[in-house]
Amino acid sequence: MSGVFSPTRAKIKERTLRTDKWWLQPLITFGVLFSFIIYATFRAFENANYFTEPLISPFYSPCLSEACVAGSTIAGFTPVSAQVLNFALSPALIILIFPLGFRMTCYYYRKAYYRAFWLSPPACAVAEPHEKYTGETRAPLILQNAHRWFFYAGLVFNVFLTYDAIISFKNPEGQWGHASVGSLVLLVSSTLLWFYSLSCHTCRHTVGGRLKHFSKHPVRYKLWTWVSILNHKHQQFAWYSLAAVAFADIYVREVATGAWTNFYFF
Amino acid sequence: MARKLNLRIWRGDSDSGELKDVQVEVNEGEVVLDVIHRVQATQMGDLAVRWNCKAGKCGSCSMEINGKPRLACMTQVASYPEGETITVTPLRAFPVIKDLVTDVSFNYKKAMEIPAYAPPADLAPGDARMQQVDVERSQEFRKCIECFLCQDVCHVVRDHEENKKSFAGPRFFIRIAELDMHPLDILKNRKKTAQEEHGLGMCNITKCCTEVCPEHIRITDNAIIPMKERVVDIKYDPARWLGSKIRKREGL
Repeated sequence: MSGVFSPTRAKIKERTLRTDKWWLQPLITFGVLFSFIIYATFRAFENANYFTEPLISPFYSPCLSEACVAGSTIAGFTPVSAQVLNFALSPALIILIFPLGFRMTCYYYRKAYYRAFWLSPPACAVAEPHEKYTGETRAPLILQNAHRWFFYAGLVFNVFLTYDAIISFKNPEGQWGHASVGSLVLLVSSTLLWFYSLSCHTCRHTVGGRLKHFSKHPVRYKLWTWVSILNHKHQQFAWYSLAAVAFADIYVREVATGAWTNFYFF
Repeated sequence: MARKLNLRIWRGDSDSGELKDVQVEVNEGEVVLDVIHRVQATQMGDLAVRWNCKAGKCGSCSMEINGKPRLACMTQVASYPEGETITVTPLRAFPVIKDLVTDVSFNYKKAMEIPAYAPPADLAPGDARMQQVDVERSQEFRKCIECFLCQDVCHVVRDHEENKKSFAGPRFFIRIAELDMHPLDILKNRKKTAQEEHGLGMCNITKCCTEVCPEHIRITDNAIIPMKERVVDIKYDPARWLGSKIRKREGL
């Protein structure tokens, strides 16, 4: 017997004596993240309905495959073959590893899924079911230390998604100076992704957190204070940006299939 | 106005114990420690409870109230719905001595394993000068009152007794962070030992330590995660490692 049932500890048979609804938050987290994973997997393999002039789904951008539909690539740049080992590769599968890796190794999401999926622990002061625990000291969880590389990749993706939002201010004929519901959807999605990335703990460390003497680096200290303010809201930005990206993809898909009409304000 | 409160108190020692139900008077504005003292004075004269300042500053009256690690002197009875039974137990991560008192010497052993503040050898007493911006991060961690609620709630040792050998716990990660961020501390291997000797990598940042801290120290965001990132700098980031070798910078 280990943990709270160890021989020297107070003999209490309950795994927890909490009387509040401690199970509710991990349950909601599990439900939302699991739904997102199912939906994102379906969309990544669907390989269709991700582009309708001038909107492209964030799941498929940047579209780098020869299989990308006309108009969805950036200046026709398609370095990746449409097939890998006789397998028709969806353009989403080429790129999703980066945003997925960024969120999987994110310090906030780690808390969320360790609690909700791995029950380690399910909630504070609620005994976990595992016999052994080694944390993030060995494979595969030691790979969480690669978070900064996914952060850098995430910044590059944000640039592409911001570009997508900007060109969505064209009409389907390619003329500038128009705005639609889709433009706003992509704009909100890319903006929230910037907030999510810039509020990241690794960003906070990179801009100034690693310094020992702030006084010798006043600019980096200022950046660190700004990122620290955003960092307080990292959890919220994580959820808002996830929801916004999912909705942006749903919106583009529904417009591409013709189910919804992309309404133009002007 | 006085009313009756149903209280369940764990009574026992390291061999055996059980939750005992008592009914006790409670007055407006009282905290859980007040009613425990009333039980001690009127019904259970031999009830063991550790306490001292009754102001949330000494960290003595740490216990678990309705399953949550809390300071009994800072927990208002009125914060629970009227009619609800309040259950009080000792900290469940440490060996129990008697009733609500536990043996927290694990924490003192861990404290001794952390190398002390190491100023430059030529810095005479009284000559230390620092700028506020350089010390304010460390100052947050100095608010710690050593109540050990964070140590108690941390599942790494709470749920795995065997990890106590290799894991210092959140209280000591803020101590390491405080020193590693200190502008005059010159000990260079704090990051390395945090990972290799004090078990920083065992933490999976589920933030329970931050949730229970009565001083509202942002243990995870401001100490543990920054230390994890500093460890990445020296152990898991080849670009940073190479940069440090080429430029020979010993600290920024």
